[in-house]
Amino acid sequence: MTPSLHLWLVPVLPLIGAAINGLLGKRFSRLAVAAIALTFCGAAFAMALWVALRFSSLPVPLTDYVAPWIRAGNFQADFAFYLDQLSLVMMLVVTGVGFLIHVYAVGYMWEEGGFYRFFSYLNLFMFFMLTLVLASNYLLMFIGWEGVGLASYLLIGFWFTKDSAAAAGKKAFIVNRIGDFGFLIALFLLIKHFGSLNFAEVFQKIAPMNAETAGAGLLTAIGLLMMVGAAGKSAQLPLYVWLPDAMEGPTPVSALIHAATMVTAGVYMVARSHVIFDRAPTALTVVAIVGTLTALFAATIGICQTDIKKVLAYSTISQLGYMFLACGVAAYSAGIFHLMTHAFFKGLLFLAAGSVIHAIGGEQDMRKMGGLRDHIPATYWTMTAATFAIAGFPPFAGFFSKDEILWRAYASPHGSWVYWLIGVITAFLTSFYMFRLWFLTFFGEYRGDAAGTQTHGSIHAVGGQAGVSVPHEHGHGGIHESPKIMLVPLAILAFLSVFGGWIGSHRFEMFLAPVFGEATRLVAAAPEQAGQITGMEHLEWMFTAISVAAAALGLYLAWLLYQSRPQLPQKIAEALGGFYHAVANKYYVDELYAILFVRPVVDGSTRILWQAVDQGVIDDTLNDSADAARSVSDSVRHMQSGNLRSYAGWVALGAAGVIAYMVWRGVR
Amino acid sequence: MAGAVNLLVQRHPINSALSLIVVMASLAVEYLLLGAEFVAAVQVIIYAGAIMVLFVFVIMLLNAGEEERTKGSRVALLFGIPGMLVGSGLIAWILLQRSGTQAVEAGALPGPPKTIAWLLFHDFLLPFEVTSVLVLIAIMGAVVLAGHAESGAPAKREG
Amino acid sequence: MVPLSYYLVLGGILFACGVTGFLIKRNIITIFMSIELMLNGVNLSFVAFAAQWGKLSGQIFVFFVMVVAAAEAAVGLAIIISVYRTRETLNVDQVNLLKL
Repeated sequence: MTPSLHLWLVPVLPLIGAAINGLLGKRFSRLAVAAIALTFCGAAFAMALWVALRFSSLPVPLTDYVAPWIRAGNFQADFAFYLDQLSLVMMLVVTGVGFLIHVYAVGYMWEEGGFYRFFSYLNLFMFFMLTLVLASNYLLMFIGWEGVGLASYLLIGFWFTKDSAAAAGKKAFIVNRIGDFGFLIALFLLIKHFGSLNFAEVFQKIAPMNAETAGAGLLTAIGLLMMVGAAGKSAQLPLYVWLPDAMEGPTPVSALIHAATMVTAGVYMVARSHVIFDRAPTALTVVAIVGTLTALFAATIGICQTDIKKVLAYSTISQLGYMFLACGVAAYSAGIFHLMTHAFFKGLLFLAAGSVIHAIGGEQDMRKMGGLRDHIPATYWTMTAATFAIAGFPPFAGFFSKDEILWRAYASPHGSWVYWLIGVITAFLTSFYMFRLWFLTFFGEYRGDAAGTQTHGSIHAVGGQAGVSVPHEHGHGGIHESPKIMLVPLAILAFLSVFGGWIGSHRFEMFLAPVFGEATRLVAAAPEQAGQITGMEHLEWMFTAISVAAAALGLYLAWLLYQSRPQLPQKIAEALGGFYHAVANKYYVDELYAILFVRPVVDGSTRILWQAVDQGVIDDTLNDSADAARSVSDSVRHMQSGNLRSYAGWVALGAAGVIAYMVWRGVR
Repeated sequence: MAGAVNLLVQRHPINSALSLIVVMASLAVEYLLLGAEFVAAVQVIIYAGAIMVLFVFVIMLLNAGEEERTKGSRVALLFGIPGMLVGSGLIAWILLQRSGTQAVEAGALPGPPKTIAWLLFHDFLLPFEVTSVLVLIAIMGAVVLAGHAESGAPAKREG
Repeated sequence: MVPLSYYLVLGGILFACGVTGFLIKRNIITIFMSIELMLNGVNLSFVAFAAQWGKLSGQIFVFFVMVVAAAEAAVGLAIIISVYRTRETLNVDQVNLLKL
């Protein structure tokens, strides 16, 4: 047996950092807090790298058993970590991008209050996320799952003195919980039918089962419920509503949690459970449909948003839709590939957006930006790289992964041209709104007012006094580039966004082949088939060309509307009238949910649970019993009058009673 | 019985005391009839001779006058008297029912004082001694309680 | 030959009178005397039973009852005297400090 890899160190190191910063950080200097946070996160990254370097010499899949946990009858779940190609990829992405974001955040949050708290939460998030991806059984994964939800709540609501931030944090957590409910039931089903939650055991038991083609059945149910959980965590329809609101949190938080890592947990979970999904075509179809629709839906909302972070948020939702589409056509490795590239360029986009916001003193509304290209060149170039990447232009990273997904959406046995078509349309929209953002931010005339003494900043400014959390506020006048500590991570991520895709989807797929088993068998066969059936190969090239064309079209349209003829958008908006308003208001989904779900629950809770039950039953029971006791004693106390003769009277009465009783007993 | 009723009826305590003496005396006679000479003698000596004398002393000392008519206790009248009536009625009924008309001879008890003394100092030695102590304590208590002259509430000892 | 029940009934009547006196009288001393009356009634019952069963323990018990009655009378009268000293009254209704 190979000696233990001590895989558990990878999650636990950030946990230690979180504990130190959380408990003692208040007394440390900022430098110390930052050093601690970066050290432990970096150590986790170093460890991940070390494992990666040794990877080829390790017997994978490898389970690193740490400690027993639950032994209940036949059911057993332990603290054990699982290493295979998939978890290696995830681990590297999480620790790598996470570490870069930590570095960035040191610079970004340097002037904020609650510095130690922020980094404690960040490290805590890393711990939970790593637990999630490295877990060897569903239960441990669920702990990570819940934990990242918790960490995201803490971080979104970091500026908790601000009502909207606190509400956003709550919304995120609650909507996540709805998804978690589905996930939990899936776990229960797994326990009931397979008696275990260990990946190895469960998948072994499922492997000989046949695909459920009848459309219903156990595996389909499990798959669908898992999808519910993934939809909650990864912000798909209909549980996506928390992600745009989550932009209330500081930008590094958005980068780490909502772009690079947490939201991808759902995709990872689906990929990990591919054994189940492969045998439940109905579930797969549902996954694909949800992914596709979400991608399109979010993209349409994104084109009308004016807040730079909200655009990126909807973009995230849309890209996640792509990943689910990939999983839904059983092209899991394509989905994971896109997950990786997306982590690079979306993380970069958010960080760069943060840099932009920092530069102009806290403003987030794109209508107040413009012409920043000359003022903040470093940010400009990195963001450009990311924008081209996400739009899917070759040779950037996004091109390779997105293209692979689009091809698979058509060519996979579970695929269909409908998926492909919607995917292409979404790609066009993606390109459009991203370049719209690009033009609005960096080109043209500067429309804002950060040149000078701007003390109030933007949406984030709330009279930040005292307290632990001061909202994001940069009082230095003038547009200025970000400090080096923020720019270096941007540069690294830009590098990855450009070159990260060159690993090639095919090689990536081969790497993940041992994990995805039969799904890959299809892929391995495909190129040969494609070679034989020349039509397919030509088709593939044609599709590629079409998707690049779509991206170019988006770029052109954005240039047209926002650069050369800026008055057009307004006219189009007016022409479209009501439809435009619907889109601009996110199709009123939040309002709909409020009416359908939130209002009844809150009302019910207020009227029934609070007033009727809590006050009426519980409080009143206590009060009434106390009152009863008091009134009884009030009436009885008159017996104690101090009057000797009345005492004697009572005694005589009592004696008579006793005598009567005895007589009665004697007579019987 | 007449004496007892008289005790209730009389207004002045001294009259009640005197009627109680009458009751004691008649009870002594009853004891004699039952053949309990020792008890009869003790009854006269202790009860009529000592206790009642004590009562009379106190009545004289405190110059107890006629009873005023003040408001009584409603509870006592309302509950006590019916209670008492019920109790005694029940007892009477039971007694008459059960004990029947067994005859008791007059003077039937084999009760020379010698036998009593024997019992007293053999079988009932412990109670005897205890009651001696009790009497002692009672004496001390009475002395303490009544001993202070016009100096407020005296400290109460064991009584 | 007197039936036993007569003695017992007499004892009961004495007892009842004692209770009544206790209840309706206002003077403390009179109440005390009613207590003595009750005790006497009980004594009579004891002696009657002793005579019936031919045991002497009844008489012994009567003896003890008397002793205790004597002690109690002594102490009780002493209490009455001190109460009289503080309250200047023998009316039992006015000794009601024990009320709530």
